[in-house]
Amino acid sequence: MTNAATIDLASLTKKYGDDAVAVDSISLKIKAGTYCCLLGPSGCGKTSTLRMIAGHETVTSGDIRLGDVVVTDLPPARRSTSMMFQSYALFPHLDLVDNVAFSLKMKGVAKAERRARALEMLKLMHIDQYASRRPAQLSGGQQQRVALARALITSPQALLLDEPLSALDPFLKVRMRQELKRLQRQLGVTFVHVTHSQEEAMALADLVVIMSDGRIEQAGEPREIFHRPATAFVARFMGEHNVLSGKVTALDGEGAVIAAPNGASFRIPSAPHLAIGEPAEAAVRRDRITIGESATPGLGFTGHVRNVEYRGGSMKVTLDAPGVEDFTVYAEESAFDKAPHEIGQAVALSWALADVHVLKPTAH
Amino acid sequence: MSVAAEAAPAAVSDAPAPKRRRRAPPFAPYLQAMPLGLILGAFLLLPIAAIVIVSFWDYDSVQIYPAFVTLNYAETLGSWVTWSTLLNTLKFVAIVWAITLFVGFWVAYFLAFHVRTSKMQTLLFLVCTVPFLTSNIIRMISWVPFLGRNGLLNSALVEAGIVPAPLEFLLFSEFAVVLAMVHLYSLFMVTPIFNTLVRIDRSLIEAARDAGANGFQILWNVIIPLAKPGIAIGSIFVITLVLGDFITVRFMSGGQSASMGLMIANQISLLQYPAAAANAVALLVLVLIMMAAILRIVDIRKEL
Repeated sequence: MTNAATIDLASLTKKYGDDAVAVDSISLKIKAGTYCCLLGPSGCGKTSTLRMIAGHETVTSGDIRLGDVVVTDLPPARRSTSMMFQSYALFPHLDLVDNVAFSLKMKGVAKAERRARALEMLKLMHIDQYASRRPAQLSGGQQQRVALARALITSPQALLLDEPLSALDPFLKVRMRQELKRLQRQLGVTFVHVTHSQEEAMALADLVVIMSDGRIEQAGEPREIFHRPATAFVARFMGEHNVLSGKVTALDGEGAVIAAPNGASFRIPSAPHLAIGEPAEAAVRRDRITIGESATPGLGFTGHVRNVEYRGGSMKVTLDAPGVEDFTVYAEESAFDKAPHEIGQAVALSWALADVHVLKPTAH
Repeated sequence: MSVAAEAAPAAVSDAPAPKRRRRAPPFAPYLQAMPLGLILGAFLLLPIAAIVIVSFWDYDSVQIYPAFVTLNYAETLGSWVTWSTLLNTLKFVAIVWAITLFVGFWVAYFLAFHVRTSKMQTLLFLVCTVPFLTSNIIRMISWVPFLGRNGLLNSALVEAGIVPAPLEFLLFSEFAVVLAMVHLYSLFMVTPIFNTLVRIDRSLIEAARDAGANGFQILWNVIIPLAKPGIAIGSIFVITLVLGDFITVRFMSGGQSASMGLMIANQISLLQYPAAAANAVALLVLVLIMMAAILRIVDIRKEL
């Protein structure tokens, strides 16, 4: 079963009509046996991309390669991919065995053999005790296992999952997440998983691909993306970051100084694209900010508390300051308790230059 | 309703507040079911009971007599005329059912899967119902100038030189009966099948395609099994309508063909009520057997 395929997308484009661009010339290489998560807000083109890989959506331009085969114009069944649908799309009129055996039946495999193989697959998913039930008689988690069994019985080289966990309750979500990861390790097959949940992508993926407006904003390992978001969109979408923006006013050996429209100015590390007078953006991790006056000018500011939330272990404090909006700090409970802050009070914040990460200018 | 509900607590507010709501008396459910029960009893069970009773009565050329004779049944079931009429009726049922099923399924399929917007679906569906704005009889009569010996179709065919002489089988024939019945009853097949088809989740079809099914395999393995309840309901409509039909048969066959319904109608016009009643009971039994057979194949309740 371990004949995973590398998926290669080459300037893949999908247009609906003349001007509605769903996927805008993306190129991506997903190595064989990778767990890849396509992550982005709704309407970013992640599902269209997945459906093009599966063959359920025609490609406007560009190419898709699976292993050594260009599959751009092949029908779904000849692609050695298998898709798991968002609502599982189990056949309501068939029992579990026939659901799983469906693709074998289409290939003309004899009844006894296909039922035996389907039962085998159900055993692998630990749902063989319900083999004679209809899908409607199962819980969401069980239905998902059936959908997985049905997708895997063709021994695909790549499994494509369209928001597989979105229909489950939070507790089950975490459990099925672990099961998906375990299954992927066990089978060694390439998984492409579409999701809008950052948490899900971080927990599962070897390769996270963040999309927005039909383009890839950043593709990389989850930790890489979390620690070094490429653009302001990624930093904001992944959360846990504050974005500082302004125009570059000074450049020196240590870095640069950017000035926000309303006067506040911040020091940021150097980056090749920075030039005086040009706009620049930088991200600061929410949990690396301390409450208290900054020793160095440009590595902190004073804002007014707008909202305080308890997160369990730390406080989430949201502040406003001129030129800085929605600045959020995760303050240790003990640090917060030393000087509790009411809404509207002024609080000084500071951070280290090493925790400031310069963002690339947004392409569009 | 709401006025009464609001007024009630105000009226009892002087009295000590009741501890809990008074339990409904045990016969309340029967009381609630009574209006429907009365209607069904008065307009369905009572007439059927009357027919069954009359079917055992005796009659002569002027009068019917209360009695208990099985002669009516013996006569009707013992006569080859009844059996050949029955066979003819069943032939109409089979042909009309097959054609309406074919036509109805594909019209419904087109509406459900090829018409994209639901607005357009509704519009086209309303177009299907336009013929129902006129009565059965008028729709039937309108075939006459079209199919007649010197009708539109025949004169067109003769003038175009396709046929040397007018086609005789077009009107007042079994062909005409089947044609008119298909025309009258197809929509009864379209509607229920359309209703089941629009509820099929499109991702099921994609899932089938993903599993390697071709167009025919998707139709046979996914769409038709899921359309079964609609097919069953449509079949019940068409079969009962054709079994009970007498006006279409009489009119379109020009009196050259017979059906059970027509036989009953003829007996009524000859005032042979008990004989007609016996035939009606036989027909009713036949209909019930067919319904039972359909419901045995398709569990409509489970699918709805």
